Amino acid sequence: MWSFILKRLAQGVITVWFIATATFFAMHNVPGDPLLNDRAMTAAIRANVEAKYGLDKPVAEQYVIYLGNLIRGDFGISFTQENREVNDIIREHFPVSATLGILAVLFAAAGGVLWGALTALYRNRMPDYVIMFFVILGISVPSFVIAAVSQLMLVGVNSALGVTLLPVAGWGTLSHMLLPALVLGLGTMAYLTRLMRSSMLEVISSDYVRTAKAKGLPAARIFTKHQLRNAILPVITVLGPSIAAITTGGFVVELVFAIPGLGRYFVQAVQQLDYTVIMGTTVFYGAFLVFMVIVVDVLYGLIDPRVRMQ
Amino acid sequence: MPSHPKAALDFSPVGTEREVHTLSRPSLSYWQDAWLRLKANRRALVSLFLVIGLLLFTLVGPWLWQVNPASQDLDQVSQPPGVDRSALVVDPYTPWLGGATAGTGLRLAEPATTQSVRLAWDALPSARGHRVYRNLFPVGPELAYGIPRAEFFDNSTLTFEDRLDIKPGTYYYTIVALNADGSLSRETSALTVDVQRVTTVAEARERGLVANEAALVPGDRVELALHPLGTDYLGRDMLARLMAGARVSLFIGIGAPLCFVLFGVFFGSVAGFIGGKTDQVMMRFADFVVALPFLLFMILFKIAFGIGPGESGVMPMLVALVLLMWPATARLVRGQILQIREQGYISASQLLGAKTHYLILRHMLPNTLGVVLVTLTFAIPSAIFTEAFLSFIGMGVAPPTPSWGSMSNEGIKTMLTTPHELIFPAALISTTVLAFNLLGDGLRDALDARMRNRE
Repeated sequence: MWSFILKRLAQGVITVWFIATATFFAMHNVPGDPLLNDRAMTAAIRANVEAKYGLDKPVAEQYVIYLGNLIRGDFGISFTQENREVNDIIREHFPVSATLGILAVLFAAAGGVLWGALTALYRNRMPDYVIMFFVILGISVPSFVIAAVSQLMLVGVNSALGVTLLPVAGWGTLSHMLLPALVLGLGTMAYLTRLMRSSMLEVISSDYVRTAKAKGLPAARIFTKHQLRNAILPVITVLGPSIAAITTGGFVVELVFAIPGLGRYFVQAVQQLDYTVIMGTTVFYGAFLVFMVIVVDVLYGLIDPRVRMQ
Repeated sequence: MPSHPKAALDFSPVGTEREVHTLSRPSLSYWQDAWLRLKANRRALVSLFLVIGLLLFTLVGPWLWQVNPASQDLDQVSQPPGVDRSALVVDPYTPWLGGATAGTGLRLAEPATTQSVRLAWDALPSARGHRVYRNLFPVGPELAYGIPRAEFFDNSTLTFEDRLDIKPGTYYYTIVALNADGSLSRETSALTVDVQRVTTVAEARERGLVANEAALVPGDRVELALHPLGTDYLGRDMLARLMAGARVSLFIGIGAPLCFVLFGVFFGSVAGFIGGKTDQVMMRFADFVVALPFLLFMILFKIAFGIGPGESGVMPMLVALVLLMWPATARLVRGQILQIREQGYISASQLLGAKTHYLILRHMLPNTLGVVLVTLTFAIPSAIFTEAFLSFIGMGVAPPTPSWGSMSNEGIKTMLTTPHELIFPAALISTTVLAFNLLGDGLRDALDARMRNRE
């Protein structure tokens, strides 16, 4: 088990290095110039600014400095927001995105497993059709449309009730988080439901379930002990990539619901060509996602011993 | 032996040209069989027709509806489909200096037209001045008056002429009395105004609305240009923009998957066929690309390959998609090739002297084609989503080039007042994604060899 974890961690470190390198060279090929702003920039000032950010050195040397700073956990200073360190931006806004993301993953996983199991149990009957209709809707309607429409519906509900059931936008309390998290997790929930349904169908027709039925076990016990446990395995495998999809998918939800998350700052930084913020956020996000995938892999190894053997 | 006279009529020799009754079904090739099963799947068939319809909409549509998607119709801005397009021809606009009118409360001094809305009122009892508001919705209990249009700090002016961006429809005007310090009192007077669309002779001529220009006199009615799906917030024809946007969305949605699936097939089949160390290295590399956070790198590559935000075209997005999405196909094809390599017919073919390229082209690739086709159909919706997503956050195609995603982005801002600007592009995205997803499901079932001969 430990060798498995260590191997995955080593792979993760290499992946993060790969991400950092790709980001660095991609950013160095970006046309456009963050220093070419509306402000007057004489050659002397320009040289000073370039020296300050280390932009006057050869690319190879910059790369080495960049990697060294990364290892020390220093992402540099923002180009456009005066005196603001990228680390500060991440420290301030990442917890918001992470909270939202975790809540969304919880929604998606719980909903996906539950609905998927239900559709399989009620195969080709009314509950199956109804849930699958919503699943198809969740898969084919873009998240920004769902976000906007649900926000609009919430406005309607709030004004119809005369009280603020849930706030429409903003951030702060748990009630602010519920709707954005639900919207954010919806696409993944639909995907997981489909996956859970097909894996559950396979389990239902398996020999050990038939044996359990023949032994006369109560249906509830068969469901929890035999069916759910086995059917949930494929769902856990895709949970890692799903977390990645959900956290980056947060850009839109953060925009629509006015949530001060990291995604919004990333989009803003890209629009302003704020190199250090873009590089810092990308590497940070990348490392986070790689780490999450490793965690899920290890969990999967714990649950299903066959994985470790490979 | 006496022969029966009827025997010669009842029976005839079988002969060799007539087909003998057999028990076997006609033999079907893999693809014929798959097509039969796809045809039997109603959902897949409907989605296939939807896809064909979408392609016709994109490719043939612009020939049938030859309206420039970038040209603006300033007479019809943000008009939903199916509104009354007729306009009354009136005299050119003449300035209004106010004037006495009969009536009480807030009232119209003249009939309201798209040229101008002329309001008059009597001073409210305690008013030291008035503020005029205009709203698109009735003023509710929360006293949302709308946008302030004018403010008068004494009671000498009791008229107001509104000429700001007036469209045909209903407006809710309110005047609110001002206190001495300029703050709002609770004394108000409200008026609902139905605005009529008008045009002048000169305008109608300029826009080519009438064939016989000389005969046009004030009092006539003319028909404005037709927009079957309405217009957007800049007065551009929605149908033409949706068609032009479809070209971008489907070009990305189909072009990018085609490219990266081809590359993935090449990469995967080479890795799978060579095997050993090469395979290890190649697949490790694919693993790294898979681990890249997709959307972040999509945005990063897009700005790296082309130009900053707001000026980028379609190609950077295509390149970025191809660069990031090929490994899934490569892995899949490699797995298939590894499996097929061990099959008996490959050894047989090798024994018969088949060369490597023959083995790959004749045996291995055709046998992976089914899987690749299914991957392709599922890659299309995700590419369309990615384009829509990027365009939505403003990283997609640059204006004025329309795409469904950027149209949704524009439409979402005016969702409350003109929902059609959001509904049409969003519905098209959803339909396309749905159609390709269902088609992929159908294809997967139809091409699954295990399902063959299972009736």
